[in-house]
Amino acid sequence: MDGAPNSGIGRWLDERFHLTPLIEYMKKKHVPVHRHTVWYYMGGVALFLFLVQLFTGILLLLYYRPGDESAYESVRFIMNKVPFGWLFRAVHSWGANLFILFAFVHMFSTFFTGAFRKPRELTWVTGFILLALGMGFGFSGYLLPWNELAFFATKVGTDIAGVVPVVGDAMKTFLRGGDDVSGATLIRFYAFHIALIPAVFTGILAIHLLFVQRQGMHEPAFTARLPVGKKRMMPFFPNFMVRDVLVWLVVLNAVLFLAVFFPWELGLEADPFAPAPEGIRPEWYFMFMFQTLKFIPPHVLGLEGEVLGVLVFALAGLAWLLVPFWEIRSRADSRLKPMAIIGLFALGFIVLMTIIGYLV
Amino acid sequence: MGESTRSRRSFLNYVLGGGVVGWLGSVLYPVVKYLKPPAETGSNVNSVKVGPAADIQNGTSQVVKFGRKPVLLFRTDTGEFRALGATCTHLDCTVQFRRDQKDIWCACHNGVYDLTGKNVSGPPPRPLPVYEVNIVDGDVVVSKAEA
Repeated sequence: MDGAPNSGIGRWLDERFHLTPLIEYMKKKHVPVHRHTVWYYMGGVALFLFLVQLFTGILLLLYYRPGDESAYESVRFIMNKVPFGWLFRAVHSWGANLFILFAFVHMFSTFFTGAFRKPRELTWVTGFILLALGMGFGFSGYLLPWNELAFFATKVGTDIAGVVPVVGDAMKTFLRGGDDVSGATLIRFYAFHIALIPAVFTGILAIHLLFVQRQGMHEPAFTARLPVGKKRMMPFFPNFMVRDVLVWLVVLNAVLFLAVFFPWELGLEADPFAPAPEGIRPEWYFMFMFQTLKFIPPHVLGLEGEVLGVLVFALAGLAWLLVPFWEIRSRADSRLKPMAIIGLFALGFIVLMTIIGYLV
Repeated sequence: MGESTRSRRSFLNYVLGGGVVGWLGSVLYPVVKYLKPPAETGSNVNSVKVGPAADIQNGTSQVVKFGRKPVLLFRTDTGEFRALGATCTHLDCTVQFRRDQKDIWCACHNGVYDLTGKNVSGPPPRPLPVYEVNIVDGDVVVSKAEA
């Protein structure tokens, strides 16, 4: 039968699982080739980095001891005594940051190429949820070494969660495992980081990937218009996949380069009764929200400034999540594209506030 | 495909394949080294002072922490102090002194040792290691047996 596997193992599996139609389907997958093809790799890079995190995270789990009495020491043990422990820890720390960076790049590139439009609305929604979960990964993982910086960053971050009206206090207590950031918080964040968030993330990731596999790559308007004969396409197997793997290799090299030449510090152990040291700030991916909150005056329109800030961000996040459903469409010949302007504003705001956060 | 093209291709395939194997090795080597736990430090204890000999009655026993290992210290009915490694030689359970039966017993699989540490019944394949006990200034001191 055409397309039937001819290797022994292939035949064995095919007899049991009827893989031939699946293989035929995969062989027909093609990827559009045009000036924006490079963005097609970004989602795969985020996926690859997630796998790197999973792998290095499991390795770290073998030696990490959760608990306010043991966590810091166990990370120090990993970095100093365990062979290549410093390497896997640094890869995990850098990998986390790069994962979130590429998730943002992937999100904005799909936004600007209009890939969120029908029929890919749910791919966008699941993707944004994955970004939020990724930031949750970052926030929970950051506390685990139980160092000074992480302790105070968590205090501030959970305080901000507490500002939300009605549910804020309950959320704060839930996150902290009590009134204050303590050993209970650490254990709770550990549970979030290694069990709860991975479980939810993996489920939603599977759905997100299933959607992409089922629907194929989005074609930007200028290639979608072309007749089939004039479209340049490349087969997914092996052409695109080989390029994908090459990009992953380059990204892995970048992570390793950063891990080796810009090692991650351990800092001082957390001491709840010591004053917060200078330079406390959140990780860069929270910086724009943090900085915006600092700019808002203490009281605005009878509301506490922070409450207003948190509400505005929550609404903005919700709007962004639902972009495919409220999109302002422009005429094809119009030069003014409202969505592009909104996207540029969002991107510019994030970048600007992040930079200001580090300069101030 | 000409002969030279075929051999050029297979040469390149070997180089690429060799490169991939080498790369895999360079990734797996640190992982394998990482997985083996580092040697435990600070476990070179040679002797432990347990406490005043007068505090230990005849026919009683206690498990003493000797570095990371448990050691069973007991005093026979005749007043003699003895110390044996408390880790059963069968499957590593901690053994106990039985005054009435005058033996050392392992509850896990019913292994029995006599009071010199010799394995007398049940599954244990080897005797318990013997530790030296000395009385120094009225205190019981357990130390590793002379080699």
